[in-house]
Amino acid sequence: MIELREAGYSFGGEPLLGGLALTLAPGSFHFLTGPSGAGKTTLLRLCYADLLPTVGEIELFGQSTATMSRDDISGARQRIGVVHQDCQFLDHLSVTDNIALPLAVSGRDVDAHRENLRELLAWVGLGPRADALPPELSGGERQRAALARAVIMDPDLILADEPTGNVDWEMSMRLLTLLAELNRMGKTILVATHDLGLIRAAKAQVSARVLRIAGGQLQLAGADL
Amino acid sequence: MTPPARIAALVMGDPQADRVVPPTGWPARLTVFTAGAMAFLAVFALALSLAAGRVADIWADALARTATIRVSAPTDELALQTRAVLEVLGQTPGVASARALTAEEQRDLLEPWFGDGLPLDDLPIPQLVEVTATDEGYDAEGLRQRLTAEAPGAVLDDHGRWRRPLVAAASRLRLMGWAALLLILGATAAMIALAAGSALAANEQVIRTLRLVGAKDGYIAQAFIRRFTLRALGGAVIGMALGMAAVALMPGAGAGEGFLTGIRFRGFEWFLPLAIPALAALVGYLATRAAARDTLRGMR
Ligand SMILES: Nc1ncnc2c1ncn2[C@@H]1O[C@H](COP(=O)(O)OP(=O)(O)OP(=O)(O)O)[C@@H](O)[C@H]1O
Ligand SMILES: [Mg+2]
Repeated sequence: MIELREAGYSFGGEPLLGGLALTLAPGSFHFLTGPSGAGKTTLLRLCYADLLPTVGEIELFGQSTATMSRDDISGARQRIGVVHQDCQFLDHLSVTDNIALPLAVSGRDVDAHRENLRELLAWVGLGPRADALPPELSGGERQRAALARAVIMDPDLILADEPTGNVDWEMSMRLLTLLAELNRMGKTILVATHDLGLIRAAKAQVSARVLRIAGGQLQLAGADL
Repeated sequence: MTPPARIAALVMGDPQADRVVPPTGWPARLTVFTAGAMAFLAVFALALSLAAGRVADIWADALARTATIRVSAPTDELALQTRAVLEVLGQTPGVASARALTAEEQRDLLEPWFGDGLPLDDLPIPQLVEVTATDEGYDAEGLRQRLTAEAPGAVLDDHGRWRRPLVAAASRLRLMGWAALLLILGATAAMIALAAGSALAANEQVIRTLRLVGAKDGYIAQAFIRRFTLRALGGAVIGMALGMAAVALMPGAGAGEGFLTGIRFRGFEWFLPLAIPALAALVGYLATRAAARDTLRGMR
């Protein structure tokens, strides 16, 4: 799916990330943790080619992100479900239309997915908010909508950046259960979070590896979690 | 697909696609207004070109084919000299026919200038002889010399002296009309490209989001292209309708060769302005596509 080879990134000054080596094998489940500002979001952006590594190489679906054309990148993103930390909604479209956006932009027939959309909205508890505009949603509602959008295309790979940052424990558990279920269906999953409780709770449901970013480096976290 | 086929597909096509871009406000309204104003002007430029062309053709034809000989002589010699002139003309190769105007015809010619009740018989007015040339034409200089010898009071006026510059001016005017049409098209393209470019720039965040969910640049461009092409088409239809109404309301003077009164379209010409909205849509399509490609390439 994704392979990082001695990849690093710098926003211009000091390198933020360096010497990253990581392989996300198909069907694997990873957590990515680390203190705020450590570079979790940056690492995910490297993974979906929103940023290109300033050193080393990142291979996405077998192709180096540095050599991909704009259309290649868009094509790859149609196969990745991303929950962005800042959600990335279009404020003039309803929640439903935002969730359907990946279908629309990849030329799929949105109407053929109406039933699917309704089920998904109900599942993340947004049934009554289907026609609301994103600015009218609470932080937690936004994150649930973002997760729904990430899975609408039935992607092979899901990258989630703090998907439970603003939701209560019960909803966190439901989102986790959904991710675990998707993983059992063979999806590759990477979740960035600093919620250690979530990681501990996950251990009961999936066999996940936990990665920690510290000092710009990736480490495999021990069993102490 | 060719651009016109693409435009047809856009117009028919999926309005869903352009909803992903929020309403574009003033750039879109500016495009409607520009296309409308330009279409209105284009109708006039077209009418001007066609009218100038008609006038040039009529005058050029008359210029080539007819001339007038004016015989001025004392009343008792007038008939004699006129007969001499007709005789000379009868022997001149290239003259198809020659005819002295009757007194009534002469009066009709003068009446607009002097009013009726003109005591024509009492005035020493010259006799006019109308000459029609064959397609090959005659040698005007040779004819002039023979006339001087045979009928000293006769002067050949081949109309060229005053009509030639008019024909040249009318032809030039026709050319300028076409040039104006081209300039209008160019200005429309420039305005639409600017409007579309600023709409794209104002939607940078939307474009970023669309890319993040997997939209290719072609899809994003399409949303803007559809919107601006439809605006250009709509504006141009309104402008063309107003322009045609204005041309239709111009006073006409029948089939005369008057230029100002001949501005109105004739017959099938009424269908020509219908091409203006189609051209506006094509220009809107090409201008927006170019602007979108350029702007999207610049956004990383
Ligand atoms: N566009 C940018 N330009 C310059 N610096 C940036 C930019 N984006 C992020 N940074 C910096 O890079 C560092 C890592 O940011 P990042 O968002 O990856 O952290 P994070 O681990 O996701 O943090 P959090 O847990 O708070 O979301 C931070 O110090 C941040 O200030
Ligand atoms: Mg972050």
